[in-house]
Amino acid sequence: MTAALTIGFLPLVDACLPILAREHGFAEDEGLSLALVRDMSWATVLDRLLYGHTDAAHLVAPLAISTTLGQGRPAQNLAVPFVLGLNGNAVTMRPELARRVGRPGALGDPAEVGAKLRIVAAERLAAGNPLRFGVVHRHSSHNYMLRYWLAACGIEPERDVAMITVAPPFCADALEMGDVDAICVGEPWNSVAVERGAGEIVLATAQIWRRGVEKVLALRETVLADRRTEIEALIRALIRAGRHFVDPANAEINAAILARPEYLDGSAALILRAITDQLLLARGGATIHYPDFMFQYREAANFPWVSQASWLYSQMIRWNGHVFDAADASKVARVFRPDVYRSALIGTGEPLPAASSKVEGSIVRTTAVGAQQGAITLENNRFFDGGIFDPADLDGYLSRLR
Amino acid sequence: MRIAIVDESAARASVIHEGLAPLSDCAIFVVTQRHGLVARIAEIAPDIVLINLGNPSRDVLEEYFAVSRALARPIAMFVEESDEASIAAAVDAGVSAYVVDGMAPHRIRPLLDLAIRRFSAFARLEADLAEAKGQLAERDAVDRAKRLLMDSRGLSEAEAYGELRRTAMNQGRRIAVIAEALITSHDLLQGAYPPQNPVSPKDTR
Repeated sequence: MTAALTIGFLPLVDACLPILAREHGFAEDEGLSLALVRDMSWATVLDRLLYGHTDAAHLVAPLAISTTLGQGRPAQNLAVPFVLGLNGNAVTMRPELARRVGRPGALGDPAEVGAKLRIVAAERLAAGNPLRFGVVHRHSSHNYMLRYWLAACGIEPERDVAMITVAPPFCADALEMGDVDAICVGEPWNSVAVERGAGEIVLATAQIWRRGVEKVLALRETVLADRRTEIEALIRALIRAGRHFVDPANAEINAAILARPEYLDGSAALILRAITDQLLLARGGATIHYPDFMFQYREAANFPWVSQASWLYSQMIRWNGHVFDAADASKVARVFRPDVYRSALIGTGEPLPAASSKVEGSIVRTTAVGAQQGAITLENNRFFDGGIFDPADLDGYLSRLR
Repeated sequence: MRIAIVDESAARASVIHEGLAPLSDCAIFVVTQRHGLVARIAEIAPDIVLINLGNPSRDVLEEYFAVSRALARPIAMFVEESDEASIAAAVDAGVSAYVVDGMAPHRIRPLLDLAIRRFSAFARLEADLAEAKGQLAERDAVDRAKRLLMDSRGLSEAEAYGELRRTAMNQGRRIAVIAEALITSHDLLQGAYPPQNPVSPKDTR
């Protein structure tokens, strides 16, 4: 008996796991028939999810949270039983700005780039033409990581620069036309800008928060309840896709699949670079290797740590003018569903963390953590400024940031 | 009431515009350009924005609605809880609506219903057109396959068609599919497809 599931996505490399689960037959092995629906904006991906055109969606993590909290539209409870990937975004600037604040031929140091950028931001603000940063959505990890970095470098996002929204496929255009001075976007869109000479990559978001949560698999809570068995089967298929995706031997075939017209409709060569952690920072330069630029599988990367949802909530409070609300905080903690992830994978040998939350940013060297199943070691998960987020002390964390 | 119709398809936008034109007491503005969209919407200062569901600029517009201090009254997706059914119908038809705060639901609903009908009508038109185009393409393929058979095997047109038809029946496939296969193998043998890298990069889009 085959169950059909429809999944919405945006054309980004980190939509890879559902695509590969379908293309390599991992979903079929689990008795699932996957259909994938591509859209061009997160608003559309979300509408299709909420109104039942899709059963699940590739979604920017904070959007699952804001939808549950009812920000900007009636609240609808979403559930996230699986994380589709960590990091994988970059900050790309117009070439003249990149050369002024970055390190030619290398990724910059976030604090050093930030210090130089602060001077430029002040000049531009004084000239009445503030620096403009493009992010892909107001409720995206891009927006929150970029703001975290700017603020920690003494640049007040709301006062010193302008932040605007640009859809991923148009980021290169926006740089080229001078609509923005910098963008924060996922691949392949940074590389598209570099190929065109419209921008140069200055930082990877993994340098701002190593192992920061990025895209998630989101579905309506009611759909999860009604179709729990199938969703657990989907999780097992996605795990296999993750294992396949991170094996270097499969990189070329996977890049070719993702590049197809029905998926990313883009360049397999550029996608291959992102998959293999190779970044061409500037047109005509050499590619550099930045390990774990994208992070799709190891270290239980797909486990929905409740603490990561809480960190995003802390940033939503910080930047959207909200105050801490205990009821909201507990709603947020219920969006990420480690219980579903566990019940899908118990007995498979896949490593399962013993805890559901961790202190984010606290790991500086490879550390073994408690596991319910298998063995798990976590590597460096630092914020660039050494900040540490304890989800049990969300309010205290926020007051220290202010 | 000021209505902005945002759609990169000028044809669809004009079909919607036409549908709404009979409404009295409405000023209708059509925006088809992606570039400068937010500035244009700010100028129009609409009470309602109708935008096609898949429009790539929706995130940009939502951001503007959420944060713009220039807006005296916030605009949001049709947010009354009781309007869920209307929103669902709109999403199914492929249109999203953003409404300025304080607009009475009884003024919005007829307009939205009209927009939904026009969107659905346009979708039907498009489907009909695609079908007609498909039929035309199939006819072309069958004609070309017939000519290939006539040239290579010296058959008459009727014999060539008979040959295609017989093959199709034997294989349980449509004539157009057989015709396509014949054309593809002919082109391959003629070297119409020079060898390429298995992965052909389209480096910029």
